[in-house]
Amino acid sequence: MQKITREQLLAKASELLSNGTVSCVLGWGLGEFDYDVTPTIFKSVEELENGFVFNDFCGANFSKYLVNKTAKLEGKILVFLKPCDTYSFNQLLTEHRFDREKVYAVGIPCEGMADIAKVKAISGDGIAAIGSNGDKLTVTTLYDDEAIVIDTNEVLAERCINCKSKKHVAYDELMGEEGDVTQSNRFDEVARLEAMTPDERFAFWQNELSRCIRCNACRDACPACTCEKCVFDNPSSGVENKSPANSFEEKLFHIIRAYHVAGRCTDCGECSRVCPQNIPLHLLNRKFIKDMNEFYGEYQAGAEVGSRAPLVSYTTEDLEPGEVFNRGENNA
Amino acid sequence: MRKCSLEKINLLFAEIAKNAELYLPTQQTDGSAAYKKWEEGSVWSNALNTVRSPKDFFFPQTENLMKFKTEGKSIEVVDTRNALDDFVIFGVRACDVKSFDVLDRVFLTEPVDSFYALRRSHGVIISLACQRPSETCFCKTFGIDPAAPAGDISAWKTETEIFFEANTQKGKELLEKLSALTEECDDTVVSEQKEKINKFMDKLPLKNVTTDGFGGGKTKELFDLPEWDELSQACLGCGTCTFVCPTCQCYDIKDFNTGNSVIRFRCWDSCMYSDFTKMAHGNNRLSQKERFRQRFMHKLVYYPENNDGMFSCVGCGRCLAKCPISMNIVKVMKKIGGK
Amino acid sequence: MNSINETLIPKIGVITDVRIDTPDIKTFRVVTPDGKKAFDHKPGQCAMLSVPGVGEAMFSITSSPTNEEFMEFSIKKCGCVTDWLHQAEPGQQITIRGPYGKPFPVDDVFAGKDLLFIAGGVGLAPLRSVINYCRHYRDRYGKIDIVYGSRSKDDLLDYKEIIEEWSTDDGVNVHLTIDNPQEGWDGHVGFVPNYVKELGFDTNKVAVLCGPPIMIKFTLDGLCGIGFDKTNVYTTLELRMKCGVGKCGRCNVGAKYVCKDGPVFRCDELEELPSEY
Repeated sequence: MQKITREQLLAKASELLSNGTVSCVLGWGLGEFDYDVTPTIFKSVEELENGFVFNDFCGANFSKYLVNKTAKLEGKILVFLKPCDTYSFNQLLTEHRFDREKVYAVGIPCEGMADIAKVKAISGDGIAAIGSNGDKLTVTTLYDDEAIVIDTNEVLAERCINCKSKKHVAYDELMGEEGDVTQSNRFDEVARLEAMTPDERFAFWQNELSRCIRCNACRDACPACTCEKCVFDNPSSGVENKSPANSFEEKLFHIIRAYHVAGRCTDCGECSRVCPQNIPLHLLNRKFIKDMNEFYGEYQAGAEVGSRAPLVSYTTEDLEPGEVFNRGENNA
Repeated sequence: MRKCSLEKINLLFAEIAKNAELYLPTQQTDGSAAYKKWEEGSVWSNALNTVRSPKDFFFPQTENLMKFKTEGKSIEVVDTRNALDDFVIFGVRACDVKSFDVLDRVFLTEPVDSFYALRRSHGVIISLACQRPSETCFCKTFGIDPAAPAGDISAWKTETEIFFEANTQKGKELLEKLSALTEECDDTVVSEQKEKINKFMDKLPLKNVTTDGFGGGKTKELFDLPEWDELSQACLGCGTCTFVCPTCQCYDIKDFNTGNSVIRFRCWDSCMYSDFTKMAHGNNRLSQKERFRQRFMHKLVYYPENNDGMFSCVGCGRCLAKCPISMNIVKVMKKIGGK
Repeated sequence: MNSINETLIPKIGVITDVRIDTPDIKTFRVVTPDGKKAFDHKPGQCAMLSVPGVGEAMFSITSSPTNEEFMEFSIKKCGCVTDWLHQAEPGQQITIRGPYGKPFPVDDVFAGKDLLFIAGGVGLAPLRSVINYCRHYRDRYGKIDIVYGSRSKDDLLDYKEIIEEWSTDDGVNVHLTIDNPQEGWDGHVGFVPNYVKELGFDTNKVAVLCGPPIMIKFTLDGLCGIGFDKTNVYTTLELRMKCGVGKCGRCNVGAKYVCKDGPVFRCDELEELPSEY
């Protein structure tokens, strides 16, 4: 259950639209069911009243939309940012991907978002309605006479279980109370993979990545993937491909993508959220983040605008490349 | 009609697998279902449907078309296909069975796609009625009855038994081979289940989704509607909807240089991708709105225009469940239908 | 494996001659390894040529069906496949499959009519097939006018053939134009659509257009302006294609597939399509 309500957000958006601070609002749009929300641009109070929603399924990170949505925009766009979204917001600003002047950012608190797949694993298919009450979700199905009550913590998205920050690092205005950077256990799963033998680790990724259908959703949702022309879409790059020519190629796609966003990935978790095959893609990125933290000192991409990522800055304390090599060799 | 106790289902699978490769929905490590080849120890998934549709069996995501051997200025074309044995796909839902009809109209019309035709002729489909449709299901919109799935053999599952009815010669032959494990029965139980499923169908939230306003001849009317802007505004341009869709059939043909030969393969492609129509000197669909519109116009207008009114959607609901931004054909139909 | 109508599996073609037409267009003569024509075609139809490892692309067959010895393709250098072809030398093998698409209705609609061909740049390539077909069966058609323009004299495709053969035919009038004045050019200077207007044709004929989209648009407007009916104007489209047989979905515009329902369209048919070509 979110501490901030749809009504509060609606009132804020309506106020900023009405007083001319912004010309449109980027928010969550009503879907067919209680859990499917679509990022939507609202241009009037009426549109907001009819279509704006905020609930436990508003996971989408809006930051990347600002690249396109501000490009030809007259006036300012209001964007609601959850704490984790603000890191992507800053990172995109660092990379000069949108015009800060065209955005009015409202930070909103987040208690963690639910994963509908986890809800369905408990309730079964055929959801009629999902209500929210305190820290419980009340799920009514088409097949059960009584509603199923689920503890929200049981169905939190993986990235929310391991939430890295309840603190906003960017906003023009903050609603609700500011939180803190949290002590998450987000690297535990990476450590578990590191502890595997190379064969076990290979088998783990082989199994996970074997499900990839190469839909590119991970890339297209990723706020760090904002290249105008991705190498994987460019016939003259020599690596452009729509689908695997062999089973190894899929792995390369994800590994190369992880390299491309290394140092810029804020660990927002959109890649894993959007994956239709539930591949834990964020673990690849977290491995890079964990290594960079260990090799070059703690660094959080997007924590501040303009910071230089460890991979593009040199200090005399940097780990010698040889040690990285040794480390790899010991692991191989 | 014949039936078999669920206790004996693995014996039944083993019997089928004796003569033909058997594929069925099995549970993956993430909990979702995928068609996998049956082998001793395989567990039949309880999920309503697989994430990937069974179109892979006839129109695989990637398939080699031929190989080229080049030497100096010479080229040799090598046919890389092997003879194919019969295979059985078990547990195909009514919507997905219907999707084969949609694909057939593309691949089996002249000039016949021989790669598809070969696979299609060797596939035996055992369909399975849906006991518990999802809220994302809307197959009825396209005249599909999930309680009476087509296919070579139709099956109905209860808590304890599974019932079979052969619909085609292929199906009869297969069912005959299974006679030692099945027994003749009347259709009382199946009729009851059909009735029950139909009651559930009336409770589905998408039961009123209609194709009114779509179909052949609607291009002019629908193409320039302002609603396309709004509907497509959040589209990421990924291929999720296309690749989980049982009826999307656009493909690309590409060459892969192995070092000593060139393999020409085809693979699924998506009209949602920015380079789908890109040529050396231009692109006729530059914006995501145009690409988005193409996908839905094709399913709801262009395809029916060329195929006696049949729509290129079977209401399986995969795109509803999987689109990263929850935009889908139902939202499109509701928004612009009847305009 | 038995081959049943293998549309995607190509034949081998041998490039037997490469003619340099303009700075960026070459014309390739192609036959099968045993020296025959790969297949028969009708004017306006296309073929898929490929270079294994580089790619496959659709090209209009520029030679006339009446040529029983070989096929020709006039190809402008503008992408991977065409770049590669431009480096090819005689003797080089490529692959070829076809013919694809709906041809110009040369044997029914065109029969007995006066014909007006209008082309710009490499747009002459698909029309050359029709023009030479109509010249071959000269008595079946009325007067033939050909308006052809390009950037400069050097960019005029098939210049030698135009001057030595087309211009000397009875009842064939060739009107050449180039975009800008050039030394050694005493012909007309100006863009094709304007030249067509200046020439002011009578409207009792069938017109066939091919060229860059902008030329087609303005020429068509011009023709309509002087009273041409769109049902008497034909053009040929070019979109990205992969299969050539209306299945891969790439060249789909409205309910049509350019590869199989086109590339030849009557302009009134085009109006029924969404403007996505």
